[in-house]
Amino acid sequence: MDLFGIKEAPKVYDVVIVGSGAGGGMAAYQLAKAGAKVCLLEAGGYFDPADPKYITQMKNPWESPRRGASTPLRSFGDYDAAWGGWQLDGEPYEAVEGTKFGWFRSRMLGGRTNHWGRISMRFGPDDFKRGSMTGIGDDWPIGYEDLSPYYDKVDKFIGLFGTKEGMYNEPDGHFLPPPKPRLHELMIKKGAGNINIPVIPSRMAMLTKPINDSRGSCFYCGQCGRACQAYADFSSSSVLCIPAMKTGNMTLINNAMVKEVHTDPNTGLCTGVSYVNKMDLKDYQINAKIVVLAASTCETARLMLNSKSSRFQNGLANESGVIGKYLNDSTGASRSAFIPSLMDRKRYNEDGVGGMHVYTPWWLDNKTLDFPRGYHIEYGGGMGMPGYGFGMGIQSKNNLYKDANGNPKRGGGYGAGLKEDIRRTYGAYIGMAGRGEPIPLESNYCEIDPNKVDKFGIPTLRFNYKWSDNEIKQAKHMQDTFEQIIHSMGGIALGKKPDASNNYGLAQPGEIIHEVGTVRMGNDPKKSALNKWQQAHNVKNLFVVDAAPFVSQGDKNVTWTILASSWRTSDYIIDLKKTNQI
Amino acid sequence: MKRRDTLKAISLSTFGLAALPTSAMVPEAPVPKVFKPGPGRTAEELVRDKMLSQQVFFKPDELLTLGILCDIIVPADKVSGSATQAGVPAFIEFMCNDQPSNQTPLRGGLRWLNNYSIKLFGKRFSEITPSQRIEIVEQIAYPNEAKSEVSQGVAFFSKVRDLTVTGFYTTKMGFQDLDYKGNTPNVWDGVPQDVLDKYGLKYDPLYFKEG
Repeated sequence: MDLFGIKEAPKVYDVVIVGSGAGGGMAAYQLAKAGAKVCLLEAGGYFDPADPKYITQMKNPWESPRRGASTPLRSFGDYDAAWGGWQLDGEPYEAVEGTKFGWFRSRMLGGRTNHWGRISMRFGPDDFKRGSMTGIGDDWPIGYEDLSPYYDKVDKFIGLFGTKEGMYNEPDGHFLPPPKPRLHELMIKKGAGNINIPVIPSRMAMLTKPINDSRGSCFYCGQCGRACQAYADFSSSSVLCIPAMKTGNMTLINNAMVKEVHTDPNTGLCTGVSYVNKMDLKDYQINAKIVVLAASTCETARLMLNSKSSRFQNGLANESGVIGKYLNDSTGASRSAFIPSLMDRKRYNEDGVGGMHVYTPWWLDNKTLDFPRGYHIEYGGGMGMPGYGFGMGIQSKNNLYKDANGNPKRGGGYGAGLKEDIRRTYGAYIGMAGRGEPIPLESNYCEIDPNKVDKFGIPTLRFNYKWSDNEIKQAKHMQDTFEQIIHSMGGIALGKKPDASNNYGLAQPGEIIHEVGTVRMGNDPKKSALNKWQQAHNVKNLFVVDAAPFVSQGDKNVTWTILASSWRTSDYIIDLKKTNQI
Repeated sequence: MKRRDTLKAISLSTFGLAALPTSAMVPEAPVPKVFKPGPGRTAEELVRDKMLSQQVFFKPDELLTLGILCDIIVPADKVSGSATQAGVPAFIEFMCNDQPSNQTPLRGGLRWLNNYSIKLFGKRFSEITPSQRIEIVEQIAYPNEAKSEVSQGVAFFSKVRDLTVTGFYTTKMGFQDLDYKGNTPNVWDGVPQDVLDKYGLKYDPLYFKEG
């Protein structure tokens, strides 16, 4: 198909896309495949999980001088695929006094799909209309029926495992076979089951069976977080961006830090973008008929707010003033435990897929609770590969069981006895983490810092984000639930139970890296920046396809929904083009 | 002794020699700090790691004392070798350069240890007898029972224990000690049957359906 009718490398691209993560990668692939001449701008370097020069998968900890510990250049450690992290050199951000926000940025091909648990849950029908159902929060301008066909397409094209469960608000998809639970996961299922908390196979984007010739299937190293050289898990680089380049219709420009979207003062339409090339520090311009933003929730808002002109004095497509507002991240709280019956385990390889084989979907009705939204529980544990941090803090663990003669043990120690403790307790710890839906609030926002610029001269973001009682009460419920599950398993919860003094262990905003909502979509142009197609109300050739348009996020990690809605918007763009409406 | 010799030889110069395999008794030629890039590094990481690899933090006498302490925490036993045989002091040195917040607690902690040793026995920690060393370690190795006057020593020992245990078990020797079976391509087909039987667990039939 040559829908866009341009044969040569154009001086004016059909589409310029900013950002190569899940949203930008999907749009790039769909539009390039449809024949559009696409320019994909990525603020970081090139990355291919199969290229040996990038591979950390299957490496041993002693190949890292810090055994995989975190560094300022890679927050989640030497072996994590994601470059960057909580701070980037010369690219600051701040939170106003009394508020907090952690902003995780990974500038590289594939963006933050390089740091991702591959947990791939669809939103359910209720997740699009929580506002009208509960009287707090807002409804989406679309419903499950709008995204459902695209979830189906994403399932089949990208692949995920799971099981059909028939739960109304946890819609089933097209699943590959799930991996069998590990020992501790069977014990969690039994323990939680005894107190009526469901534990079902997780839904994650790894190929337990091959789905096509260009990607391999999982070989169970448990290291998806390092990026898969067999392309057996989903990363935007391997599954979307590199295939998009192979269409011959896409030009990828790396190290392109976009600073502004340009518009025609007469028509108000976008004409392209300008960027700083991080290698030569010169400015460049890309002209395009359509601009698609997918720089990530906060970076997209920043770019729009920084794209001011006489026509758009509050920032591009920001007549409503809503851009930056309703920023919301998942809630998160966690607890770990020691399981005495898992001591002295038989050794075998249980690396499995990278992450949990089972999880707990939200199982209660908020009408009977003192907080308005649900959460799911993710589980960890097992005889994983030792890395930096292994065996630390033993003094608060090896006093929790008796020695070989049945005598109480002292916490801490040294010598041959300490080595024996490490061996005996290897694989006897579990962890659980709640991930919940917050209420998006207008008062939680990012804005352009009036006093600061980054090293490229681009004004930076300032955050203002506080949890409300709704999220704190939800975290309290998580902590109570964690202890119930741990006790039902015969386990011993580690550390002091988080309480009101620390918001029940509620992670600080941004820390769960699920932020959405800064460029929300809606039917009312006074209250939203985008229409239900993720198209700017007043700038018809401007689209946003990351998680910035999302009105809320359910208790579902949002990547699968980013992929589905970006595909839907891409189809809409193709339809507009076909009918000459753009 | 030169510092780099110390790094290689601390396991020989101290105690517990009888427990060491004979191969470790053969002194090797001093090895200069060679920078070996880790896998998958970005350009910025290569620059930073190379710079860190050339940095020296511990003085020879500090390394000697640290090595003694590391081998008290993880000595050779019937299963595996000792912390110094696994190169733990060099790892701790790297972590001091990589995460400078480690520097003062460790340098100061080693001083605290010597001060306390001199107070009790009139000599530095490296100069007292193995049983005298254990007498001190017993006082600082159990945080819940330790006397408040040695609380700084407890904090120091806990930190060295953390770094030593992590440093040891993230080596090939540590993997063998732990009998870690993973990090290799395989097909995961669930928990072995004898383990399921031991725990009285079984799989849901859904896992046996053809997908």
